[in-house]
Amino acid sequence: MDFLVENIDLFIAAFGQTLLISVLAGLLALVVGTILAAMRVSPVPPLRGLAFFYVEVFRNTPLTVVFFFIIFGLPQIDTVVSPLPGAILAVGLYTSAFVCEAIRSGINAISAGQAEAARAIGLTFSQSLREVVLPQAFRTVVPPLGNVWIAMVKNTSIAAGFFIPELSSLLPRLANAAADELIATLIGIVIAYLLITLPSAYGVSRLEKRAAILR
Amino acid sequence: MTAPILYDNPGPKARRRILIGTVVGVALILGLIAYVLVKLAGNGQLEGQRWAVLFDPRSAVPQFLLDGLVATLQVAALGMVLATALGALLAIGRLSDHRWVRIPVTTIIEFFRAVPLLVIIFAVFFVGPSLGLSISAFAAVVIGLTLYNMAVIAEIVRAGILSIDKGQSEAAYGIGMRKWQVMVFILLPQAIRRMLPVLIAQLVVLLKDSSLGFIIGYFELLRSARSLVEFFRVDFGDTYSFQIYVAAALIYILVNVVLSIFARWLDKRLARSRKSPEGEALPLTVEQFSAGGGATPTL
Repeated sequence: MDFLVENIDLFIAAFGQTLLISVLAGLLALVVGTILAAMRVSPVPPLRGLAFFYVEVFRNTPLTVVFFFIIFGLPQIDTVVSPLPGAILAVGLYTSAFVCEAIRSGINAISAGQAEAARAIGLTFSQSLREVVLPQAFRTVVPPLGNVWIAMVKNTSIAAGFFIPELSSLLPRLANAAADELIATLIGIVIAYLLITLPSAYGVSRLEKRAAILR
Repeated sequence: MTAPILYDNPGPKARRRILIGTVVGVALILGLIAYVLVKLAGNGQLEGQRWAVLFDPRSAVPQFLLDGLVATLQVAALGMVLATALGALLAIGRLSDHRWVRIPVTTIIEFFRAVPLLVIIFAVFFVGPSLGLSISAFAAVVIGLTLYNMAVIAEIVRAGILSIDKGQSEAAYGIGMRKWQVMVFILLPQAIRRMLPVLIAQLVVLLKDSSLGFIIGYFELLRSARSLVEFFRVDFGDTYSFQIYVAAALIYILVNVVLSIFARWLDKRLARSRKSPEGEALPLTVEQFSAGGGATPTL
C-alpha cells in the first residue's frame, strides 16, 4: 500500500481525467439524447428517421470504433480533434443513443391522458413536450438514466487506448516501471472507479425516491 | 403511449408546417452529407481506385480484414459460451439457500459488474505475467470478456428465475423433486427461454466489447485494420487509410445489426408463443441491460 501513498499524485491526476471526461461527456449525452428523443416522437418524418438511424448506428457500433473514427477518421475530412475533446465527443455521442432510448421509454410510460389533456387545452407539440411530457418523463427515467451514467463512467476507460492518461491507463503505464506493484495499482484503480460508481448508485436511488411520481 | 397521441392529426396548416419541416430537415441532412462528400472528394478519398483496394485480393486487404473478423468472432464466441455457462452457475449460486455459497457468489458478481471491462482485461494481461503466468492477448480478451459478462448474465438469469411463477417450483417439490432437479429441469429452462432476448442483447454487447482487444494488441478486426493502414503507410502514405477504417467499421456495424435484428425477431416470436393470454412483460427490459455495454452495482 506504500506504493499507492507514494504515487497518490499520479492516481489523483488520472482520477481527475476520468471524472472530467465522464462529466462533460455525460452533459453532452444528456443534451443530445434529449434532442434525439424529441425528434423520435416528433411529427416530422425525416427527423424521426434521422434520430432512428443515429440511435441504431451508435448502439450497434463498438465504442472503440467510435473513438477510432473520431481520432483517426475525422482528420481525413480536415477536422483534427485533439485526444481529450475527442474522447469527450466519442463517449458523449455514443452514450447519447442510450440516453435517447431511456428517455423515449419514459415518454412511452406516461399515461396517454396527460398528452391528451395537454392537446385538449391547446398546447402545441413542442409546448406539450416541454411543459407536460418531458418533465414527467425525466422523473420516471431516473433509474435507467442512472444505469446509463454508471455504464458510461466505466466506458470512459476505453480512452486509455487513445492517448488519454486516465485511470485505466495507469496499468499499462506502470506495467514496466513498477512491475511488482501492479496488484496495488489495480486495487487503487478499482477503488477510484468505485469512488465514482458507488456514490452515483446511491445518489440515483435517493433521487429515484424523491422524483417518483405518486399515482 | 404511442407517438401520435402527442400531436393532433395535422390540418392543412399543420400539414404545410410539417412539409416545410420535412424539406428543411431533408435539406439539412443532404447538406451535411454533401459537406462530408465534398471534403472527402477534395482530399481525393472518393476515387474508385482507392476503394477498389478493399475488394482486390492481390492487395491482401480482403483476406486481412476477413482474418480480423474471424479473430473477432473467435474471441466473442468463446467468451459467449463461457460467460453464459458461468453466468448460469453464478445465478444459481446467488439464489442458494446456503449463506456460505450465496455471499461469496454475490461478492464476485457485484465486483465484476462494478469494474470497467478494460480494467479487467488489463489486469489479466499485465498482472498475470507478474504472477508467473504467461497470458496471450487472446487469452486476456477471452478471460476479461468472460469474467465481466458472466456477472451481467448471472443477474439476467437470476431475474429470469425469480420471475417464474411460484407454482412451478411448488408443483415440482410436490411430486418429490430435489432442489437441484427443480432448478435444472424446471426453473432454468423456463428462465433462460424467458430471458433470451435480453441475453442476446447482452451477447451483442459482448461482441462489441471484443473490439477492446485492439487496445492490448490482439489482432481482431480493428487491430488488423490499423496494422493494414500502417503497412500501406510505408509505400503509399495515407492513401488507403480512410477506406480501410470505413470498411472495418461497416463490418462491425453489419454483424451487430444482424444480431440485433435476430434478437428482436426472437423477442416477437417468443412473445407470440408465450402461453399467457397477453404475453407478460419481461422482468427486465433490453433497455435496462444494454446501457452502453454495462450493468450497474446495486445498492
